[in-house]
Amino acid sequence: MEICRQDDALQISDLDPFLAELLRQIPESTNPDGAPAAEARLFSQPSAEKKIRAEWKSYVEPELRRLFRSATETVADDLTQLNGNEKSLSNCILHIPIAHADAWLNTLNQARLVIAAKYKFSDEELNDHDRSPIGSRRDLGLFQVNFYGFLQEFILREISG
Amino acid sequence: MSAVNAGQLERGSTSTVEAPIQEKETRGEEELDVPWQVVVHNDPVNLMTYVTMVFQRVFGYPREKAERHMLEVHQKGRSILWSGVREPAEFYVQQLHGYLLLATLEKVV
Repeated sequence: MEICRQDDALQISDLDPFLAELLRQIPESTNPDGAPAAEARLFSQPSAEKKIRAEWKSYVEPELRRLFRSATETVADDLTQLNGNEKSLSNCILHIPIAHADAWLNTLNQARLVIAAKYKFSDEELNDHDRSPIGSRRDLGLFQVNFYGFLQEFILREISG
Repeated sequence: MSAVNAGQLERGSTSTVEAPIQEKETRGEEELDVPWQVVVHNDPVNLMTYVTMVFQRVFGYPREKAERHMLEVHQKGRSILWSGVREPAEFYVQQLHGYLLLATLEKVV
């Protein structure tokens, strides 16, 4: 896989089917359904005070849900470039418009937080970037968190000049 | 928006203008005067570079100051990013949650 800046877009090329599949899984990975810890992490408490928490749930949380959903939809639209024949992926290029960079950062962050909460990764696991090979669904989850983090780092570097 | 009754216009009737409804202030002055602080808590998932960028964007801090706060969060578990009256503090926390940072609003004791 190669990743570079091309004019007003970030370009990911030479994708192997495995990494392409991980990219395709980004939107789905943001879904916290069935994992209360993930839901609690995405919509964390703003205060220890009950009154503030109740107001937050009524007025702010719906706004946050809209924001997260909109970002995820933008990413899902960009990822439709990867739809098609697996064998053609080596020639497939994913263009991410710079204007979508914030949506990608947000969605990758949602996905990383949800996966980390679902598998209850420890600090040590999250900081072990050399862990390999992938032997279980949990290992794959950790790989996803690291891979999505790598993409975030690249996007951050490009948008902050 | 209410429609004007044609009959009223023809008759040249006058009507009294209703005073605008004033929403009752639900927060006491005392509560508004209490200083609040915006606290960001450590999170092993969020990237350090991402957290720095968020502090720069939300608070307009220069990179060095944003990095100092980011390191304080990382090393001490929390950092006070801002303090002042409640409304802007709430707004900052809302923005930070939009970036998926762990942020809380706390009364200054």
